[in-house]
Amino acid sequence: MIRLIDVHKEYDNGTKALKGINLRIEDGEFVFLVGPSGSGKSTIVKLLTAEVIASQGRVIVNGYNLNNIRRWQIPHMRRTLGIIFQDFRLIEKKTVQGNLEFAMRTVGAGSREMRKRIPYVLDLVGLDDKADAYPNEMSGGEQQRVAIARALVNNPRMIIADEPTGNLDPGRSLEIMTLLERINAMGTTMLVVTHERDLVNRFSKRVVAIKDGEMIRDGQGGYYRA
Amino acid sequence: MRRLNIGYFIKEGFLSIFSHGLMSFAAVCMIVACLIIMGSFSLLAVNVDGMLSQLEEENEFLAYIDETCTSDDVAQLMAQVRAMDNVASVSFITKQEAKAAYLEGHEGEGLYANMPDEVLRDRLSIHVVDLERFTETVEAVCALPGVANHRAENKVAEGFVTVRNAVTALATVLVAILAAVSLFIIANTIRLATFSRREEIAIMKMCGATDSFVRWPFIVEGLILGLMGALVAFFLQWGVYAAVGKAVTESGASALFTLIDFSLIWKGVLQVFLLSGAAIGAVGSGFAIRRFLQV
Repeated sequence: MIRLIDVHKEYDNGTKALKGINLRIEDGEFVFLVGPSGSGKSTIVKLLTAEVIASQGRVIVNGYNLNNIRRWQIPHMRRTLGIIFQDFRLIEKKTVQGNLEFAMRTVGAGSREMRKRIPYVLDLVGLDDKADAYPNEMSGGEQQRVAIARALVNNPRMIIADEPTGNLDPGRSLEIMTLLERINAMGTTMLVVTHERDLVNRFSKRVVAIKDGEMIRDGQGGYYRA
Repeated sequence: MRRLNIGYFIKEGFLSIFSHGLMSFAAVCMIVACLIIMGSFSLLAVNVDGMLSQLEEENEFLAYIDETCTSDDVAQLMAQVRAMDNVASVSFITKQEAKAAYLEGHEGEGLYANMPDEVLRDRLSIHVVDLERFTETVEAVCALPGVANHRAENKVAEGFVTVRNAVTALATVLVAILAAVSLFIIANTIRLATFSRREEIAIMKMCGATDSFVRWPFIVEGLILGLMGALVAFFLQWGVYAAVGKAVTESGASALFTLIDFSLIWKGVLQVFLLSGAAIGAVGSGFAIRRFLQV
C-alpha cells in the first residue's frame, strides 16, 4: 500500500519537483504513473524507494513511514518492493541464475530456498531455458524479463517498474506489459511509471498523470493524452 | 552475522580479487611500498634503541666509602643500595683493586708506581635501571650514611636520555604519519576499484541489502590484499635489511655499530607487518566503500 499525502519535493539546487501530490494505491492494484519527461515521475519513484526524502508531506510505503524511517529500516522496507529499471541493471559478469541468486543472497536466502524459487520465477517470466545465459547474450526483451524475475524472486508485496519498456521496441514492450499484468493478477501490487501513451491506452488500468510536479488526472482506464 | 553469510563474504572477497586483478595488484603494490617504508623506519629506530641500550648498560657511577666504615657498615650500605628500585647491580671495589685498575690505565708511567693504597678509597660501583632517574638515584645513594663522595657522569646519562627520547618521538611521529598516508593511499586505490562496482552496490541496495552485507565482502577483500601485501613486504624488507647489514660490514662501520641480527627479530617484524597490512587493507576498504553506500 502506498500513501502520498500533500507531498512536496524541492532539491538542493532549488528545483521544485513535486508540488502537493496526494496518491493512494491499495494492495493488489495496477497503476500507471504517467507524464512527460521532467514531470516528477522519477522523483516519486525515488521517494517510494527512500532514495530521497520528501521536503513536506507524508510518504507511507507498505506500512513504513518514510518521513522518519531509520537508516537501518530502509533495507527492510525495500525488501517489500521489487524494482525494475529502464536500463535493466543486470550484472553482466553473472549468468541469469547468478543475477537472481545475487538478489536472493542479499536478503539472506539460503541455497535450498534459491533452488526452489529461481526455477519457478524463471518459468513465470518464460526464461526457464536461459538460466545459464549471460545478459549480453540476450535480447533487450529477455534482459528485461530477467530484471522482472529478479524483482519477483524475493516475493515482494509491490513492484515498481520505472520505464520498463523504455529501451524496447513496441512488440517487446507489449509482451513485458502483459507479463506485468499477469504478475499483478497473481496478487502483487504494480506501479508502472511510463510516458508511453499508446501502451497505457491498450490496458484498461488506473492512470495517474502528473505534469510539472502536480497531479492532473487520477482515473480508472480511459484515454490518456500526454 | 549468519554462518551462511560468512562463507559467502569470504568467497565474494576472494572472487573479486581475481575479477578485478589489475586493481588488486595496484592495491597490493601500494601496501607493499607503504609497509616497506614504515618497516625501514621502525627497524632503524629499533637498531638505534638497541645501540643506546648497550651504551646504557655500561653506564655506572661510583660511591666512595668513608674510611671510618667497618666491613659490617659496608655490607649494610650495600644492602641499602641494592634495595633501591632503580639500582640494577652493586659491586664493592677495594682501594687496592681501584689502585690496580688505575695503574693499568696509566701503564708505563713510573710516577704512580709507589703510590700508597691509602690514596684511594673503597668504593661501590652502581649500575642503574632507568637512566632517566640517574640523578635522583645518585642523590639517594649519596644521602646514605657511610658515603663520603661520588663520581657520576650526569651529563652523559642525560645525553643518552635525550637522544633516546628524540629517536623514539621521531620514529613514532614518522610511523604515524606514514600509517595515515598509507591508509589514505590504500583507501583511494580501493575506492577506484570500488567505483567500477558502484552499479553492483546500487543493485544490492535496491534489493534490500543492509550496509553491512554490502560492506563485508569488500572488507574481506581488503583484508586479504593487506595480508598478501604484508607477506611480500616482509620478504622484501628481509632482503633490504640483509643488504644494508652486508654494506655496513663491508664498509668497516661495524666497528662503530652492528645491526641486530634479523633472525632475532623476524617473528616480531612478520607479526607487525601482517597486523598492519590486515588493518590497513580492512580499514581502507571500509572507508572506501562508505560513499557508495549512500543509496
